[in-house]
Amino acid sequence: MNTGIPLQYFLILAAIMFFVGIYGFLTRRNLITILMSVELILNSVNINFLAFNRYLFPHKMEGLFFSLFVIGVAAAEAAVAIAIIINIYRRFATINVEDVNEMKY
Amino acid sequence: MSLANFLVMRHELLLTAAALLVLMGEIFGDPLKKRSVNLLTVVLFSAVTIIGFLPSPPGSLFGGMYIATEMRLLMKNILNIGALLVIIQSVSWLSKDENSGKISEYYILLISTLIGMNFMISAGHFLMFYLGLELATIPAAALAAYDRYSNKSAEAGIKLILLSAFSSGILLYGLTMVYGTTGTLYFDEISDLLVNGNLQVLGFIFFFAGMAFKISIVPFHLWAADVYEGAPVNITSYLSVISKGAALFIFVIVLFSIFPVIIESWQKTIYVTAVLTMTIGNLFAIRQQNLKRFLAFSSISQAGYILLGIIGGNQLGMASVVYYLVVYIFSNLAAFGVVAAISNVKGKESIEEYNGLYQTNPGLSLVMLLALFSLAGIPPFAGFFGKFFLFTAAAQKGFYLLVLIALLNTIISLYYYLLVVKAMFINKSEAPIEKFRSDFPTRFALGICVAGIVITGFASIIFEVIKDMSYGI
Repeated sequence: MNTGIPLQYFLILAAIMFFVGIYGFLTRRNLITILMSVELILNSVNINFLAFNRYLFPHKMEGLFFSLFVIGVAAAEAAVAIAIIINIYRRFATINVEDVNEMKY
Repeated sequence: MSLANFLVMRHELLLTAAALLVLMGEIFGDPLKKRSVNLLTVVLFSAVTIIGFLPSPPGSLFGGMYIATEMRLLMKNILNIGALLVIIQSVSWLSKDENSGKISEYYILLISTLIGMNFMISAGHFLMFYLGLELATIPAAALAAYDRYSNKSAEAGIKLILLSAFSSGILLYGLTMVYGTTGTLYFDEISDLLVNGNLQVLGFIFFFAGMAFKISIVPFHLWAADVYEGAPVNITSYLSVISKGAALFIFVIVLFSIFPVIIESWQKTIYVTAVLTMTIGNLFAIRQQNLKRFLAFSSISQAGYILLGIIGGNQLGMASVVYYLVVYIFSNLAAFGVVAAISNVKGKESIEEYNGLYQTNPGLSLVMLLALFSLAGIPPFAGFFGKFFLFTAAAQKGFYLLVLIALLNTIISLYYYLLVVKAMFINKSEAPIEKFRSDFPTRFALGICVAGIVITGFASIIFEVIKDMSYGI
């Protein structure tokens, strides 16, 4: 059961990934990179769920199943997002968010 | 589990069947008469709405993951009525030539989001909640980007999908903390195990931020105006009325059933966000010229008033939130219906272009007047009673200062609602919008909305019924 790596290490890794994702989401200018930042956030959630499940509640599987569903839903989200990004590329001929600004205030 | 047990989730089953039948109608229908899909959907969806009102025993399914109580069934029925009105209003827009190749897609995406909202409202476990939430938002982004040849529509779609994915990520990160401290994701088990620990409060804050994005509470509201402006009008009305209503319903359910232990924390959070949401929503609404953006900011400030009903955490608050959302659905759909009718025929969406509308189109002007008065809360229309109950619920718990701020905001909101009324009735215009007669579906839907505004205001039985049901979630 105890693999030698304390639970805190996983939580710290997940927290770092989460905030790197938020930082990337807010600062990146390329739509694909923004999408990757979102995936980073969702993966940090997965790590948290799995670590909690394995270390604290090994007799139940809720965290494991939840992270499986998160992966599946993230794939669906990425599919729709990329479809819209392709449409944006056709309309604006760029995927830089600073050029996609028809609407302000 | 027998087959009869599945009837507990008949709302979702009926909606799924309706979505599949619309798809079949598209595939096997006459390719030259694509518009008959409109009629098929309206008939099917009316049937679904009516069957939803038949009495059914409450129960739970899938080991407690899916819960159906009287209150939740009522919420689903309210959403069904709103979605039916949106569908009827969209018929004339979908009948235009530019949309003839993608009619059934619109309906299938719309019904999918509604299935997601229904599952979300019936959730008894966070997995079901999350899946419902995503099913409600991913097709909504596809809907916002529905107009493929419009730059604004594509921009609205990408903003909606990225921000909803981002907010789900934040929400889930909060859930992991709740899971780590309690070891379960069932709503009823979590509420027993919460002990007001620091990590649990932090998890709640993350969860609150994620939900605030979905409801567009200040400071998480910036996407709303852009998405509402960019999407086609009928989809805007769907997003701002039905999506927001469903998110508010589940927000109330989660706050009241899971987090009563940390009520001190969430009352403070809601206090601050309610004040910010009302004030900023109202102040930004004043300077808007585009009616869609105007209604977007007005709906942001309406969400602020609704938070007043939530903050007390009592039974009256629950009832007043549900009642106010009924009123909000009718009033806002009437306002959006008028905007959509004019935008579809004349392509005009700004307040200045509405100058002198009363001289040419008195019917539409009167409907708009009624809707705006109801949103502003002028008696005797339904909006007044809705606001009255919300404020009563907050005052009952001693939040007098908050109620005072809300009252001041109501006065500000009256100012900008009357600006539109002034444009329609008093301002003169060189070239007002010409007289036109909208088609039958639009007039029918607007008629239902007006009847709803008047009847929910005068018939006290509606509030009594909602209040009787709000004993348990």
